[in-house]
Amino acid sequence: MPITIITTTTMITTMLDDFLIRAALAGVGLSLATGPLGSFVVWRRMAYFGDATSHAAILGVALALATDLPVTFGTLVVALAMAFIVATLAARGWAMDTTLGVLAHSALAFGLVAVSFVPGARTDLSAWLFGDILAVTRGDLALVWGGAAVVLGLLVWRWQALLTSTLNEDLAHASGLNPARERLVLTLALAVVVAVAIKVVGALLIAAMLIIPAAAARGLARTPEAMAAIAVVIGAGSAIAGLQLSLWQDTPAGPSIIAAAAVLFALSAMFGRVGRR
Amino acid sequence: MGALIGAERLSVTLEAQPVLTDVSLSVQPGEIVTILGPNGSGKSTLLRALLGIVPASGGRVTQRPGLVVGYVPQRLAVDRTMPMTVRRFLSLPRRVGDAEAAAALIRVGLPEVAGRQMADLSGGQFQRVLLARALLSEPDILILDEPTQGLDQPGEAAFYRLIEEVRRETGVAVLMVSHDLHVVMAASDRVICLNGHICCEGTPRVVSTAPEYRALFGLGTQGALALYQHVHDHSHDGGHDHAYHDHHHHDHDHHHA
Repeated sequence: MPITIITTTTMITTMLDDFLIRAALAGVGLSLATGPLGSFVVWRRMAYFGDATSHAAILGVALALATDLPVTFGTLVVALAMAFIVATLAARGWAMDTTLGVLAHSALAFGLVAVSFVPGARTDLSAWLFGDILAVTRGDLALVWGGAAVVLGLLVWRWQALLTSTLNEDLAHASGLNPARERLVLTLALAVVVAVAIKVVGALLIAAMLIIPAAAARGLARTPEAMAAIAVVIGAGSAIAGLQLSLWQDTPAGPSIIAAAAVLFALSAMFGRVGRR
Repeated sequence: MGALIGAERLSVTLEAQPVLTDVSLSVQPGEIVTILGPNGSGKSTLLRALLGIVPASGGRVTQRPGLVVGYVPQRLAVDRTMPMTVRRFLSLPRRVGDAEAAAALIRVGLPEVAGRQMADLSGGQFQRVLLARALLSEPDILILDEPTQGLDQPGEAAFYRLIEEVRRETGVAVLMVSHDLHVVMAASDRVICLNGHICCEGTPRVVSTAPEYRALFGLGTQGALALYQHVHDHSHDGGHDHAYHDHHHHDHDHHHA
């Protein structure tokens, strides 16, 4: 038995040496969180919310680089701050599409301006915008899977309450739930996903990774759980397919992953009509 | 037997506008109470205050300890983006067994919809499924916010008959809101006319002759009052023939402050 264990461990160690395997594992890990979370983003019509939070992460990157703090920490803090600003404004009845449009693009602009003040960061900029999944290290991998596990755990734990308050907040309230707390759970989960995903798919594509697999899963599912699970599969499949494409055609990895997801969405839109029956 | 739920001199202010002033009411076990009022009279706000969703700016709301409320909201938009079968919906937020869910659907007269998508149901089916979900929590009181909105008159009458049946079988109290005069009033033990404050209160027959009621709904001559009388003077068990009557009081403004 010990021999087998050693062999397996060695195999895994060797496997993780391959940057493509690491990249695929990062994509799959991320999908575990973005599938269910993205489903809520779609159900609650929070697409722009994802944009605002992820674009704000660029500002977080700049601040982290300027202050020598870990980038993940910086993005997490700024993404959280943005998520709370948006949630507060939404609760006060601001016109959401306009407000989010303003916030999302301003956050990105301020982030880009701030990055330009950080010496040496300029060259890396496209990595933060589009991600660099092929450069994922073992440490990054641990971060992605850890973050995904936290988000998944949070969503599974609050699942029934989250679904009920997504359907109707008064209904949730009458059942003794607190819809504001459930909103907070989603806000928190979104910030964590943005923080761990920014290196993998980049700030511009995080929202796409949230929305496209979930939207593609919609037509194939009859229950919320099925939709979340199918979104995970589509997200993971897109990551692997996109990396393949990137390998064959030397295309940028992050955008290739999203392109693969978009193709799956189109196929689902054309052929998947389970939910309509 | 104490009151299940009640308000004592309740006032509610929303965005600096007084919506409810000095409202006192209580619902006893097994009672059907209908709150009637024109649009914008604070009916929905009153229900939301009783449920603790909207804070009171004066007075207080009382609930019997451990009270279980079955709530049927005014409108529940199950978005096309969320796949949701009827069966799955019945398990929110408390998971129920298949047998329990099937029994609830049979109770509301929809034995075969469990596998259907919520978004594909007709208006009447949808309201019955909402009612089935509310009944699954074995509530002490059902709170219904204009539950028959969007139903045609036969559908509306059938829904109210169902509520009466459920009350007879389970003894559940019912507090509902309506701006629809005739059908509701026939089914109620007590009617409360609301217009920011309580204008009048009593049995349907007493209320319908009260001058406050006439002033509130402007029914001195024709219209819904005549319809109401018509309904009330007939037996309530057969199929109602409301569909053939003009329906005057259906100004649908759904946004109560």
